Amino acid sequence: MSNSSTIFQANDPALEVHDLTVSYEKRPVLWGIDFTIPQGALCGIIGPNGAGKSTLIKAVMNLIEINSGYVKIFDKELDNVRSQVSYVPQRESVDWDFPASVLDIVLMGRYSRLGLFKNPRKADKEAAMKALEMVGMDAYAKRQISQLSGGQQQRVFLARALTQEADIYLMDEPFAGVDAATEKAIVDILKKLTNEGKTIIVVHHDLQSVETYFDWVLLLNLRLVASGPMKQVFTPTLLEETYGGKLTLLTEVGDLVKKGEFKAREKQ
Amino acid sequence: METLIEFLSFKYANIKYVVFGTVLLSISSSIVGCFTFIKKKSLVGDVVSHAVLPGICLAFIASGSKNPFLLIIGAFVSGWISILVMDHITRNTKIKEDTATGLSLSVFFGIGILLMTYIQHSGNASQSGLDTFLFGKAAALVGQDLIAFSVIAFIVLVIVLLFFKEFKLISFDPGYAEVIGLPIKRLEILLTSITVLAVVTGIQAVGVVLMAAMLITPASAARFWTNQLHKMIFLAALFGAFSGFAGAFISYTAPSMPTGPWMVMILSIIAIFSFFFAPRKGILIRQFRRFAIRRQLLEENLLKVFYRIGENSGNYYAQVGETDLRLIRNFSSKQLTQGLKKLRQSGYIDKDQKHWFLTKDGYEKGKRITKLHRLWELYLTKYLRIAPDHVHEDADTIEHVITPELESQLEELLDYPTADPHSSVIPQ
Repeated sequence: MSNSSTIFQANDPALEVHDLTVSYEKRPVLWGIDFTIPQGALCGIIGPNGAGKSTLIKAVMNLIEINSGYVKIFDKELDNVRSQVSYVPQRESVDWDFPASVLDIVLMGRYSRLGLFKNPRKADKEAAMKALEMVGMDAYAKRQISQLSGGQQQRVFLARALTQEADIYLMDEPFAGVDAATEKAIVDILKKLTNEGKTIIVVHHDLQSVETYFDWVLLLNLRLVASGPMKQVFTPTLLEETYGGKLTLLTEVGDLVKKGEFKAREKQ
Repeated sequence: METLIEFLSFKYANIKYVVFGTVLLSISSSIVGCFTFIKKKSLVGDVVSHAVLPGICLAFIASGSKNPFLLIIGAFVSGWISILVMDHITRNTKIKEDTATGLSLSVFFGIGILLMTYIQHSGNASQSGLDTFLFGKAAALVGQDLIAFSVIAFIVLVIVLLFFKEFKLISFDPGYAEVIGLPIKRLEILLTSITVLAVVTGIQAVGVVLMAAMLITPASAARFWTNQLHKMIFLAALFGAFSGFAGAFISYTAPSMPTGPWMVMILSIIAIFSFFFAPRKGILIRQFRRFAIRRQLLEENLLKVFYRIGENSGNYYAQVGETDLRLIRNFSSKQLTQGLKKLRQSGYIDKDQKHWFLTKDGYEKGKRITKLHRLWELYLTKYLRIAPDHVHEDADTIEHVITPELESQLEELLDYPTADPHSSVIPQ
């Protein structure tokens, strides 16, 4: 199957990923990823475990080194548009026993616009409370974060991202370990944001809910299988290609690259 | 008391140096220790304190003098290198962090001891006293040291105040800090630098080995008392300052007592005290709460048995002997004595010669517990599809937990039932 027919390009994209290759512990885990995502899309990154979904998000956020390619957000380098970009990391990536209240954590979303040496002001606290209200956690503002349930932790992270008032949101498994009610609440918020023209990219596991949640879908398994409007891309054939037969050859080559400590891409 | 006044009057310049010196350096190490603690890098302090030794020796060999500023610079550089080595090992080899920590600690300390031995045998007259870095010399601080400590404490304090929110964020969620555009590398370097600085000054008081305690103990004690980072830092600094002061005072009253080790001793006592007595998190409070719950269970179970006997006989205020109670539920005689006594004090039951009987309040309470027990049994069979002969034990626990709000929710959900799964009446 020719890939070009399964990868749809967007005009004036919110996110452009060009020829991206990434290694994890010297093993290539993403090979030549190339796609665009239109503005205002609610996009799901779908793929099996170990497909490199989180790695893709981290590479876009420049949190891990990339071997080749580039990422552009609103046609600019990430460093030039940071204030427009928000990120929701995996809930398990932090220690929730940290001495802080819910409000403290949500206020962290305002740190970049505050700048160095300045403490959060009343306006920042109001913005944080508004975000907490949106995710239904305003009653918990004073609560110590170690007392939160998994779903509540996820909502706190979402609220923190919301206070940034960004234009594009990248979320790493926001529905992992979250109860059904929280999941629905989060999806409603995401839909509301896309209605306001924001772009949202979500790493997602559950195939059942893809059709109702997303309007743009990225199928990923070490390489990009498809990227495009949900209806055109979320098809049994392409899913089969994403989840079915592992590309053993690709994995074996990856092993060899790791063993020989080759660079995944030679520097040009 | 008189000694304390004499001590506080700073009659001797020496005392002033020791007190202010120890207080200042314990404040700085307590403050930076809070960050190493919440970043789970507690052993870093241990590595740095051991790793400064080669730097001190090399600075001495190069300059030939014991000028504290020169020695601090040497110590600072080699402390920093040890951290870089540790990072490099974890990042670029298969060796994990704990091994890398142990490796750099022992290698650097080994080199330090080697150099120190060389210096001691070199015949350089001014070398005497250099080995105080190993065990500290808090009681022998001089004016020059005090100036150095003040400068460093000031630097540490100002930097933490200026970058408090950034340090907080990089400690909690470095990935997010990077994404929102904080200069995370430079912040890390800054935080590491003040940590190394605090360690370098601290070891002059307590020595290489005890330094890790100066860094971590105040933070871990403070963590018991508060859930807010700024309060934790303030408390840790307070504990640190107190230990510095008390350490100096103890070695003043008993000259054979060393200041540095006493500072660590006092910090440890504060930490142990916090461990046991801190509200909410202290062991003792938690133990006490468990004890109170056990007592509540016993009392409620007793009342339930009284009610059950009443149900069987038709007279809820009937006189009941201890054997009657035991027939229904297996109480130990100690439990019976204590529980009945307590219930009588609370006015739920009363006694007439050898027999016990329920009061009005006791009847109401026994009835409520029984009701909750049966409601919960019904709920389990209806909503969790648990067999009726399997629900009793669960209900025995849950009956003590259900609040009045939950009780009314349960009743509504079950449509105000009148009988439980075993066809016993649910009292209203």
